[in-house]
Amino acid sequence: MIELQQISKRFEVRGKTIDALLPTDLKIASGQVFGLLGFSGAGKSTLLRLINRLEEPTGGSVRIDGQELVGLSKEVLRQARQRIGMIFQQFNLLSHRSALHNVEFSLEVAGMNAAARKARAREALAAVGLSDREQSFPAQLSGGQRQRVAIARALATSPTILLCDEATSALDPHTALSILRLLQQLNRERGMTIVIVTHDIKVASYLCQHCVVLEHGRVVDRIAMADPQPQSLLGKFFFETARGWTDQTVLPQEEP
Amino acid sequence: MNNLFKALVEFGPDLWKATLDTLLMVSATMASALVLGTPLGVLLFTSAASGLYPHPLLNRVVGYVVNVLRSFPFIILLVILIPFSRFVVGTSIGPKAAAVALSFAVIPFFARLVEQNLRDVPRGIIDMAQACGASTATTIFKVLIAEAIPAIVGSFTVTATGFIAYSAVAGAVGAGGLGDLAIRYGYYRFETGVMVWCVVIMFVLVQATQMAGAWLARRLDKR
Repeated sequence: MIELQQISKRFEVRGKTIDALLPTDLKIASGQVFGLLGFSGAGKSTLLRLINRLEEPTGGSVRIDGQELVGLSKEVLRQARQRIGMIFQQFNLLSHRSALHNVEFSLEVAGMNAAARKARAREALAAVGLSDREQSFPAQLSGGQRQRVAIARALATSPTILLCDEATSALDPHTALSILRLLQQLNRERGMTIVIVTHDIKVASYLCQHCVVLEHGRVVDRIAMADPQPQSLLGKFFFETARGWTDQTVLPQEEP
Repeated sequence: MNNLFKALVEFGPDLWKATLDTLLMVSATMASALVLGTPLGVLLFTSAASGLYPHPLLNRVVGYVVNVLRSFPFIILLVILIPFSRFVVGTSIGPKAAAVALSFAVIPFFARLVEQNLRDVPRGIIDMAQACGASTATTIFKVLIAEAIPAIVGSFTVTATGFIAYSAVAGAVGAGGLGDLAIRYGYYRFETGVMVWCVVIMFVLVQATQMAGAWLARRLDKR
């Protein structure tokens, strides 16, 4: 269970204050796939990064399975983070390490010994279907394969939560779908809670049970995907364009 | 041609000694670049406002010291450091003394290059390490520096070739080495042959350094 209470983030950039996220409440049940939907700059990535405190919150609380993350010491936070996997749009693999060695990174951080690490990393790579590419370097892999290695790295420590920051945005539609299928499989087979940031309604429709729509650092819609009834202009825009854009598509206003 | 051959026979031992002196100066200089310049570069990067261990005051002080040292014309630095060289290596002339001054020049220079190399590591890689729960030390050594190594090897090569030439300038104040020989014989005593040989040997040193550096960087770079 992820519980965010009055969580907010304010940046100071050259004397200007920017509210990346206004105080927001959010509850994500264990085993759920939850979507954070919005355009770029809406605050969805900020919200995701607040969950593992990659961003330091300006206010509010973050509780993961009952444990409060805000105010934790560096050391305890590091241990909490080892139970939360994360993948990124740009994959963020280490270019000087082979696929297997990349997966081992999260286990190294967790302090596992070399032999156990290798075995566990092999299992994780097998789980994402990349057993035959263990020795390849990231530069020798396709985009989809790189994201699979990143998923294996996140999986290796057996986290209960996986955070996905635009994980399929840099991939072509076909590869994106194969990655989404893999995420769905992880959710179904391992009961992993998945929080996914996306600007693509197709991604949310395919994967998520619940979504929030963000605009200008504010949650403007909360949607159950089984029976989507968007209330906001932006929410409606997303769902009405799910089948593609037409001349009748109404653009939501830039400013509220 | 004949002159060149004569110069080689007549000054062969001097050329050999000068080559060794140059190699000694440059290796000592580059050793201090590696041992002191690298950590200084890491410090500049990590203590910056956007770094892993933001420390604005420390960053500013180190930044100023580096810039001040880099502003000195090298000849002036050589002269100012005479007492210090005498204290550290026991003499204020010769290749050892010149190596002290060269080190003062190379450390801040190389530090800035390393800082830039670390800056060029994609920011997302640091996010990834932090999200995995890596400590700051792990992030610096296993992620940042490890990812920047091919670029740092490149910087080291550029610095080494540059300081082979710099070491010749030190020759102007009696540092020994190829630059010294070229000036004393080739320039003051019109022994053009000696000067040509000095330049040829310098060229070979620069070329060899460049090739070795490029080869190593290529081997290390998996991108």
